[in-house]
Amino acid sequence: MIRSKSLATRIADILIIGSLLGLSLLTLAPIIHTVAQSLSNGAAAAANEVIFWPIRFTWSSYTSLFNGGGFFRAFGISVERVVLNGVLGFFLTILMAYPLSKNTRDFPARRFYIWIVVFTMLFNGGLIPWYITIAHLGLINTIWALVLPGAVPVFNVILLMNYFRSLPKELDEAARLDGASPWYICWKIYVPLSLPALATVTLFAVVGQWNSFFDGFILINNPHNYPLMTFIEQLVVETQAANLSILTPAQIAELSRTSGASLNAAKYMIGMIPMLAIYPFLQRYFIRGIRLGSTNE
Amino acid sequence: MLLKPSAQRKTVRPIRRSAPLRPKTWSYHLMLFPGLLFIIAFAYLPMAGITIAFKEYIPALGFFKSPWVGLENFKMMAVLPGIAQIFINTVSISSGEIVLLIVLPVILALLLNEVRQMWYKRTTQTIIYMPHFISWVILAGMVLDLFALHGLVNQMLSVLGVKPINFMASNVWFRPIVVGSFVWTQMGFDTIVYLAALTAISPSLYEASALDGATRWKQTVHITIPGMTPTIVLLSALSLGNLLNANFEQVFLMYNPLVYPTGDIIQTWVYRTGLVNADFSLATAVGLLQSLVGFILIVISYRLANRFANYRIF
Repeated sequence: MIRSKSLATRIADILIIGSLLGLSLLTLAPIIHTVAQSLSNGAAAAANEVIFWPIRFTWSSYTSLFNGGGFFRAFGISVERVVLNGVLGFFLTILMAYPLSKNTRDFPARRFYIWIVVFTMLFNGGLIPWYITIAHLGLINTIWALVLPGAVPVFNVILLMNYFRSLPKELDEAARLDGASPWYICWKIYVPLSLPALATVTLFAVVGQWNSFFDGFILINNPHNYPLMTFIEQLVVETQAANLSILTPAQIAELSRTSGASLNAAKYMIGMIPMLAIYPFLQRYFIRGIRLGSTNE
Repeated sequence: MLLKPSAQRKTVRPIRRSAPLRPKTWSYHLMLFPGLLFIIAFAYLPMAGITIAFKEYIPALGFFKSPWVGLENFKMMAVLPGIAQIFINTVSISSGEIVLLIVLPVILALLLNEVRQMWYKRTTQTIIYMPHFISWVILAGMVLDLFALHGLVNQMLSVLGVKPINFMASNVWFRPIVVGSFVWTQMGFDTIVYLAALTAISPSLYEASALDGATRWKQTVHITIPGMTPTIVLLSALSLGNLLNANFEQVFLMYNPLVYPTGDIIQTWVYRTGLVNADFSLATAVGLLQSLVGFILIVISYRLANRFANYRIF
């Protein structure tokens, strides 16, 4: 590309780079604030002295977290749900996406199945019937209440299906001529060729499972079995919001800033670090893998 | 040798497929079976449960044996004060998010597209995707902390001589903070689709226009933006389907009774009525109304997307 480095171009470059830098800082600011709080003396954090740099640096918030049992029990439950859901969902998503990626000519029932799948994206029973169904299935208070309802993320099935459809059809036909079974074609040909899409759907499933708190909140009654995000939410937000209606606005705001500011920050840090440590490595996959639906040229 | 499909079409009519070429569809049915079981259990059984909107649900009797009451729950809903308000709150919050999450990611993608230093571009992308991967429990905690009476935002305002504002208890500020923080978490991630659209623009267009003396601004206006337009149209059409979907987890974590007048959305109301106050049937009726309107909106949005952007979901 031919471009003269005129003055106007340089100014434009500086403005563009500067505004993006500003946006990056705006994104990072609350996170840096949290890091600084988590590494500060508890009293300093509670007194709102901490901005972007720790005051009276200490690891004590983290050590008290590591010493208390509840936090890491919840952490373990979250790992468990992520692994169970991730493995189950991985196989189920592939097994659904592959047949649905076939042409109606090769698989006439596709039209019927795909409507069953897509209809769940258009309409749902709502929160209450969903809750009652899970209760009737006897899943309340078990890890399966967190794992099974999200085992087939329809969004991911469609995403993977469209990726499969973007692969050349000759692959399938040639393999079939050689006598390969659909199972063999799916696992030995389509799956190895679809790593960007598989990495993307697995990342989405894992992040969704790790970060969700509301299912733990309503489906698990025993705080000993809470997944991590529900555990954090119960300790932080709920204690702040307790009896809000009988307090004055000033008292409510005060309450949200009192004890444990640095401890809460440390909980946030440990809660978000696992996902923040994974996604940059998968960035090149998910920026290519995201593709819901297709536009016909 | 495989004939090219185009050549085949011109010369001979397509021959009926011979037996070995036709896939064994029973395998396909078998593959779909386990996933379908899950979809039936966790998507279609709850749909059958919608019948309790027309019943007086008694937990001991279950979905099917609870007595029918016809449209009683809907009549109750019609006279209940505040129902219209939760729909207004939901639409105000979601429409703000929809508009900003089209405009800002487009601008952001255009800016990123102009960055020549690849390392800078990639680092910026990684940073602005970050909030998308953080749980709302943590994000909401951070927002509540920043906007607290003695939080960082009020500290900065006090430097400017502004008296502390109790943001999270204010019906003026609650919606803008919800919309703003949602946009803050999503706008980076939402640039991905637009950046993908930009990579599809042929570099030769830029080269040719540069030879003709086009400035960078003119290239943006006449090449880059037209190249993105189909994607913008598509995502605008599809986002219509979200008009009744404010982010439940976020609002649930950020609101409090003081801001119910502006911040209580359909889903939070359904949650409190159904699961806190155990008025299952009334909550289901309101949820059903939301699902039905949402269904119509999504169908319209898909039609629009199909018509204006030639889009099909499958």
